[in-house]
Amino acid sequence: MLTVRNLCKTFHGGTVNEVRALHGVSLELPEASFLVIVGGNGSGKSTLLNAIAGCFRLDDGEIHLEGHNITRWPEHRRARLIGRVFQNPFTGSAPNMSVAENLALAARRGLPRTLGRALSKRLMNELHEQVRQLEMGLEDRLGNAIGSLSGGQRQALTLLMATWRRPAVLLLDEHTAALDPKSADQVLRVTEAIVQRHKLTTLMVTHSMSQAVNLGDRIVMMHKGSVAYRFAGADKQRLGVDDLLTRFEDLRRRELLDETAAALLEETYV
Amino acid sequence: MTLLIGALTIGLILSLLALGVYISYCVFDIADITTDGSITLGASICAVLIVHGVNPLLATLAGFAGGLAAGTVTGILQAKFHINALLSGILVMTGLYSVNLHVMGKSNVPLLSGTSFTTWAERLGQAWFGQPEVDLLGWLVSSRDLVTLLGALGVSLLAGLALYWFFRTELGTAMRAAGDNPQMIRALGVNVERYRILGLALANGLTALSGALLAQYQGFADAQMGIGMMVWGLASVIIGESLTGSRSLGLAIYGAVAGSVLFRMLVAMALRWGLNPNDLKLVTALFVFAALVLPHLLQRWKRPAAVAQPRS
Ligand SMILES: Nc1ncnc2c1ncn2[C@@H]1O[C@H](COP(=O)(O)OP(=O)(O)OP(=O)(O)O)[C@@H](O)[C@H]1O
Ligand SMILES: [Mg+2]
Repeated sequence: MLTVRNLCKTFHGGTVNEVRALHGVSLELPEASFLVIVGGNGSGKSTLLNAIAGCFRLDDGEIHLEGHNITRWPEHRRARLIGRVFQNPFTGSAPNMSVAENLALAARRGLPRTLGRALSKRLMNELHEQVRQLEMGLEDRLGNAIGSLSGGQRQALTLLMATWRRPAVLLLDEHTAALDPKSADQVLRVTEAIVQRHKLTTLMVTHSMSQAVNLGDRIVMMHKGSVAYRFAGADKQRLGVDDLLTRFEDLRRRELLDETAAALLEETYV
Repeated sequence: MTLLIGALTIGLILSLLALGVYISYCVFDIADITTDGSITLGASICAVLIVHGVNPLLATLAGFAGGLAAGTVTGILQAKFHINALLSGILVMTGLYSVNLHVMGKSNVPLLSGTSFTTWAERLGQAWFGQPEVDLLGWLVSSRDLVTLLGALGVSLLAGLALYWFFRTELGTAMRAAGDNPQMIRALGVNVERYRILGLALANGLTALSGALLAQYQGFADAQMGIGMMVWGLASVIIGESLTGSRSLGLAIYGAVAGSVLFRMLVAMALRWGLNPNDLKLVTALFVFAALVLPHLLQRWKRPAAVAQPRS
């Protein structure tokens, strides 16, 4: 269970670069639900995920996860409960270390790191088995530097890393956006399989309306740092790509109107 | 022969410095100039304690501990106070210059009295070979120098193996990842700042250990002995990398040690062929410059077409 209450975040407050990235966002995500977040560029989707992961201090609001109030926890402490996959395939793994080492690091997410061997025999067997289940032929390349793999392969492995120990919530920030269509499909399939197998509570950001319609059991559309629309349950089931696009265009048109109005006001009064 | 043994011994002693620079430069990608201060710190602590009659093993360990502390300070400046990596090193190095003078009480401490590893080596040499000079393949060498060489080899081997072991533990792999991709390893629950401090402490500890051994080998500690040592370590690591590549951890560590020995040999040869000792640091700096720049230039010469093509 993830509860997010009234999140507010302004970057560069008080300067000309001031950005109100989050403006009173609240969410309630029950156990094992799958939320898809859509919205235009700069609407605050990534910022919301980063806020949950603890990348910066909030101006206001609270975050509760699995009964803990994690609002003041530093990022590395929250990682005990949170698995993440980033948009950039290079962000999620250590390029100069081997595939096996990367996975071994993830196998200790949130656990103390000891002076025991990182790649024990037992762990290696387990790694081999889990990587084989990705069906990408990577089980023979466990010793290779992960930086030598393709973006799609890295994202699939990052997904495996993020979920190796069951996270209380899985955060996916456009994790297929940087991939070619075929790899994106593959990674998406892996995502669905893993999320279903472990019944994970998931937040996924995407730009693809069809992904939003086909995946998950609820949708949030963000606009200018706030939630503009929410759909869940039967509403979400009935929702088509066109409905979403209409809503999206609506927001855009309203924004344009606002801008025009503001410009007119300025002309009149300044 | 004596010259060769001397070069080998110093090369092996300085391989600890190379391992330290390997940690800061290769693992964390920091050019950590604290090195110049911490090698002197290790030497001066060790020398002063030895002159005061402390057991050389304890004195050497105390030097090592001094390096740990210096590295911790640099790490804290970077991680907690967000001071740029280069500047943190410069600040601590500058501060250490005064600290070292205070430790020694003057700018140079000769090891005239007290028992050092060299004294032990002399005794051991006597006990093993029964005479001060040994016939080695037709050359007469001092038995003390031979034992010292073996000792240096042992320490260097031990340090290399220990580092190899450490970097394959859970803690050590997390430390490497903290250098390779901090964002990723933070998302996996690691307090990157703490690992950075630990890494810099370890790097400077090894450097100071190298300084402590060097002081005992050359028979004195000197406030100026650290100047240019980071670049020296860098040169060793770079030579090592070109020898063994950096594909695997074991090879990289072995390369740092081998690079240190080889570099010392090259320097000894150059000095023998008439290189002015005053030019040594300049030549070392030029060497590192060349090693950093040449690979890129070579690449450009090999594929001029790729560079000449305009970006579409
Ligand atoms: N660390 C930061 N520092 C300053 N401004 C930021 C930071 N992170 C985000 N912003 C700003 O906050 C706003 C929201 O950004 P965010 O990345 O959340 O958008 P997004 O919805 O993920 O967009 P996209 O679809 O392009 O990824 C943007 O104006 C962005 O420039
Ligand atoms: Mg984004």
